[in-house]
Amino acid sequence: MPDSSALADPRRWRTVDILTCAVLAVAFGVVFWAWGFVWNGLDPVLAFYPPLKSILNGVWLIPAVLAPLIVRRAGAGLLTEALAATVSAFLGSFWGVAVILQGLLQGLGGELAFAATRYRRFGTLVALAGGALAAVALAWFDVRNYYPDSDLWAFKVPYFALAMASGALVAGLGSQALVKAMLPTGVLDRFPSGRERQRV
Amino acid sequence: MVPVEFRGFAWRHAGRRAQAVADVDLRIEAGERVLLLGPSGSGKSTLLAALAGLLTEDSGEQDGHVLIDGKPAAEQQGRVGILFQDPETQLVMARSGDDVAFGLENQAVPRDRIWPRVREALASVGFPYGPERPTHALSGGEQQRLALAGVLARRPELILLDEPTANLDPEGAQEVRQALRAALAATEATLLVVEHRVADILDLVDRVIALGPGGVLIADGPAGAVLARHGDHLAAQGVWVPGVPLPTRPARTAGDTALRSQSLALRHPGADRPALDDVSFELRQGELLAVTGPNGSGKSTLALLAGGLAKPTSGRATVPGETRPLHRLPARRLATRVGSVFQDPEHQFVTATVRDELAFGPRQAGWPTERIDARVDELLERLRLAPLANANPHTLSGGEARRLSVAGALAAAPGVLLLDEPTFGQDRRTWGELVDLTADIRDEGTALLAVTHDRDFAAALAGRELVLTAGRIAEERRP
Amino acid sequence: MTLTLAPVCDARAPIARVNPVAKLAAAFAVSVTALVAADWLTPLLLLAALVAVLPFTGIRPAELARRLRWLWSAAAAVVLVNAVFAAEQTGRILIDYGPLEISTGALLGGIAIGLRVCVAATAGVLAFATTDPTDLADALTQQLRAPARFTIGALAALRLLPLLAAEWRQITSARRARGLEGGRNPVRRARLFASTMFALLVGAIRRAGRLAAAMDARGFDSGIPRTHAREQRMRPGDWVVLAGALLVCAAVVAVSVAYGVFEV
Ligand SMILES: Nc1ncnc2c1ncn2[C@@H]1O[C@H](COP(=O)(O)OP(=O)(O)OP(=O)(O)O)[C@@H](O)[C@H]1O
Ligand SMILES: Nc1ncnc2c1ncn2[C@@H]1O[C@H](COP(=O)(O)OP(=O)(O)OP(=O)(O)O)[C@@H](O)[C@H]1O
Ligand SMILES: [Mg+2]
Ligand SMILES: [Mg+2]
Repeated sequence: MPDSSALADPRRWRTVDILTCAVLAVAFGVVFWAWGFVWNGLDPVLAFYPPLKSILNGVWLIPAVLAPLIVRRAGAGLLTEALAATVSAFLGSFWGVAVILQGLLQGLGGELAFAATRYRRFGTLVALAGGALAAVALAWFDVRNYYPDSDLWAFKVPYFALAMASGALVAGLGSQALVKAMLPTGVLDRFPSGRERQRV
Repeated sequence: MVPVEFRGFAWRHAGRRAQAVADVDLRIEAGERVLLLGPSGSGKSTLLAALAGLLTEDSGEQDGHVLIDGKPAAEQQGRVGILFQDPETQLVMARSGDDVAFGLENQAVPRDRIWPRVREALASVGFPYGPERPTHALSGGEQQRLALAGVLARRPELILLDEPTANLDPEGAQEVRQALRAALAATEATLLVVEHRVADILDLVDRVIALGPGGVLIADGPAGAVLARHGDHLAAQGVWVPGVPLPTRPARTAGDTALRSQSLALRHPGADRPALDDVSFELRQGELLAVTGPNGSGKSTLALLAGGLAKPTSGRATVPGETRPLHRLPARRLATRVGSVFQDPEHQFVTATVRDELAFGPRQAGWPTERIDARVDELLERLRLAPLANANPHTLSGGEARRLSVAGALAAAPGVLLLDEPTFGQDRRTWGELVDLTADIRDEGTALLAVTHDRDFAAALAGRELVLTAGRIAEERRP
Repeated sequence: MTLTLAPVCDARAPIARVNPVAKLAAAFAVSVTALVAADWLTPLLLLAALVAVLPFTGIRPAELARRLRWLWSAAAAVVLVNAVFAAEQTGRILIDYGPLEISTGALLGGIAIGLRVCVAATAGVLAFATTDPTDLADALTQQLRAPARFTIGALAALRLLPLLAAEWRQITSARRARGLEGGRNPVRRARLFASTMFALLVGAIRRAGRLAAAMDARGFDSGIPRTHAREQRMRPGDWVVLAGALLVCAAVVAVSVAYGVFEV
């Protein structure tokens, strides 16, 4: 039985923490799978300047920030991001196991930001950093594997920069906005993030 | 076979000011079979959750103690089996056999002993399929049986059942009770069962405990004696005491046609038979048409199609004054013509508080503020939701959520209203209020269609009854 | 569009029956080899190996084509980006159109990368299309000793997937019933879409809480080491598949090196 000190302990996972991360991963697995089609569909639209496509990258990173903001446990971002990638692979994502490798890396990137505060802070700054760091992992993987021959300044640098901006804004601030919007619905009542709600 | 004890137990859910149960002192001896009664929202599910060790410190505030065999309930989870109010949320695995095995794996039962016990449990509840059957392909009644098998397979010493037959058709409910009776005969476990319809379950229990509003104990003793001595008092508090007559509200003569269904049919992709096939009927102003039939016969599908919420494979539903069929009307227009109440209340909520949920319809209809407030206050009072006005609809008890969703549709009733299982999980008092509210708007000229397993509700209000089997109208009756 | 996690292959096919951990490890080996190599020969040989395995997976060809349909356009985009934005254009100039310039050297380099994307993706698609999530979870806990609470928890969440699809339909029709619909106005449509997504997400988290309670009620968090109702084992055949994949990777790299084209 977890007592309140265990609730604050980022290492002890309750069943509801595991399930919440897993369910978020399932939901975002579907989003990833669908986003893959958007990603491809936008190719012709963004053909005039392909690095611009990097601004779409933030969506891949939401679980890496959202999960730690909600459950506040060590490893939540890594678990959720990697699992979401796995779910999208099961659904038939055409990236195969590469998507899992990438999910692990992105989760790890986001996790760094939260680990740096030793899982004590979950404010705007940490969320922004989490999104940006996850984006660094993403862009590194993409550039390393998919665009290795491209020019540093014409492609790689703008790709990194746009990914980080997108990660910080979409995944970082976006996740924070999501958590804020979820507070009044009562679903976060069992998490430290939902503690400060008014009684009725 | 364990004794259970509550000592000065009280519980307040996180986010709530009021306690769900207050000051419960209670002892249940080992092997006793107890029926837990009480109006909707009186804390019955909360008491069961406490015994199952599910009221963790992070979900609310506790006073006093809950003891199983003298030890805190939270440490005794392995000896308790609980069947929840809603079958869908308690299935864990994708295959039926795996789901029953899940509880055994957690108990560290060795592999070679798991499967015989799974088969035995499935047989004992009369589960009609093999262990490979996917759990998402089961009807409500079959899910409930599977969940029961999952509970029994663990051979719990304390069995907790929360409205085990709500939402089942009368035959299905009878079968589940039969399965329960057989299973209970084979164990000595202590039993605590929550059920609103007392008459159905009385032969399974030897003691009755009744909670009053606010979660205080109001009666306790052998079943016969409690009902004989406190019958009237309990009935007034909302308990379904057998033999107390129910009100009926016969309809006046019906008016003009308000909704016409012409050969409605729907086939799900990949299904072996249509969920609904060639269903035609007319619904008139000022009448209530009951739709009945076994689980899976297509009643909810009918309500969806007739309400213009799903596209039929063929056929159409129309209302006078509209040339287009209902499923092609824009939502705003549709909402002013036809209202719908869904089988699962939670699917219907679109706002964050009980009050907003009730005000939503009138606001959309453009009522003036004073009239909205008056109507909302009246509904809150009549359906005993007033203390919950600012609560989130998703935190309500099973019965409260059902009332709210029905009331939300009744608030600014359009000319036609389609209700799917409007009375499940209600105590006698709120049931009576729902019957009266429905009768009031019917008598004002609204045309109503109610899908229901509740024979009393149909008897009290319906002018006609359509019986569906396997997606077709089997007969039309006048109750 | 339907969401399904069930394997899309003939369950009796040899690859479908391989232990999921062995199968995924093999797919990882092939994918990682392809991703590490930067030449054109390595991915080409690996692709040939994958094609050779194809008949043993029991995947219906139509289904495979459907899953891979988008891969071609994605790989084409990769080829183009690498060719157009190449750090240096070498060889004969093929296209010269203002700032747009593509040379044979850059194009070949791009094609090599496109090829390795195809290999990395296809290996995983073959593995996942022939694997049942329940079996994978069982194998992860039994062969890799992954913590059971996490794998089983994830598996339980996966069961919600078909329910999420149904829930989406229900939320939309509930909103329609209450007069909320996007209609033709794109802004309103987008707002309604976002609010439906949000409702779905909130509903999913709520379900997670209830599912957790149901699992705890059946002793999931009791701390007793669980047993496993379904046994997953590494049979000789599984070792053969795993060793075979590693051997093929090694052989392919050796051939590339021998031809003097291998690069990382
Ligand atoms: N998760 C929750 N959060 C906040 N309040 C809750 C929660 N669950 C129940 N409640 C409140 O606690 C009170 C008791 O609820 P409980 O579910 O125990 O009632 P019940 O007797 O089982 O009713 P019913 O017969 O309608 O199922 C109700 O007022 C309900 O609104
Ligand atoms: N999405 C779906 N795909 C395939 N079949 C479905 C789907 N939804 C419902 N069905 C099937 O359609 C039939 C009719 O279902 P419906 O929900 O209308 O039954 P019902 O009469 O309302 O049952 P209950 O009394 O249990 O609520 C059932 O056999 C059901 O299994
Ligand atoms: Mg209840
Ligand atoms: Mg129904």
